[in-house]
Amino acid sequence: MNTFLAVVLTVLLSVTALLALARLYRGPSLVDRVIAADMLLATMIGAVGAEAAVNRHATTLPVLVVLSLLGFVGSVSLVRFAVREQQ
Amino acid sequence: MATIADWLGAACLIAGALLGLAAGVGVLRFPDALSRMHAATKPQVLGVLLLLLGIALRLRSPADLGMILLVAVFQLATAPVAAQMIGRAAYRSGRLDRGLLDADELAERGPGGGSAGPA
Repeated sequence: MNTFLAVVLTVLLSVTALLALARLYRGPSLVDRVIAADMLLATMIGAVGAEAAVNRHATTLPVLVVLSLLGFVGSVSLVRFAVREQQ
Repeated sequence: MATIADWLGAACLIAGALLGLAAGVGVLRFPDALSRMHAATKPQVLGVLLLLLGIALRLRSPADLGMILLVAVFQLATAPVAAQMIGRAAYRSGRLDRGLLDADELAERGPGGGSAGPA
């Protein structure tokens, strides 16, 4: 069961990350890139968490807390300051 | 030995990953920044919560549950704020398709939706 679960989760999360990367590359504006970067970070939360769940260890759980806060601070500061600078 | 909690956890993990995939398709395919923001945040938050529920169902120790709960609370508290600010910035910088709007309640306050309050 664990191997099957690992393969399915890897495929799904990798495709999600690739879709977010495609939007990050295509833009067209900074707002779209912020949205895509936010989503990429949330996919990373999912991937790190899924790895912890499949292998049944809790060593990477603090990383999830940090990533969760980093996504919020990053996107809010970009939207608050960089978008205004760009206009 | 796989117990019922393990199977439930696996189902939650796969459902969460599928919701994330739906968000990814929406972010790539939707036409303007506002609908992309909608696609990115709503299935995304539910997807991350389902993934966290799957992790909790498979780890099942109190200390880990506390940390998972912390991540879930952070996600629930910060995602709406970030989405609101992104939507506001998208409206102000004109990154929206007005043909797709049903109602534009900020239009009567002038271009940019008025300037009361930050961002």
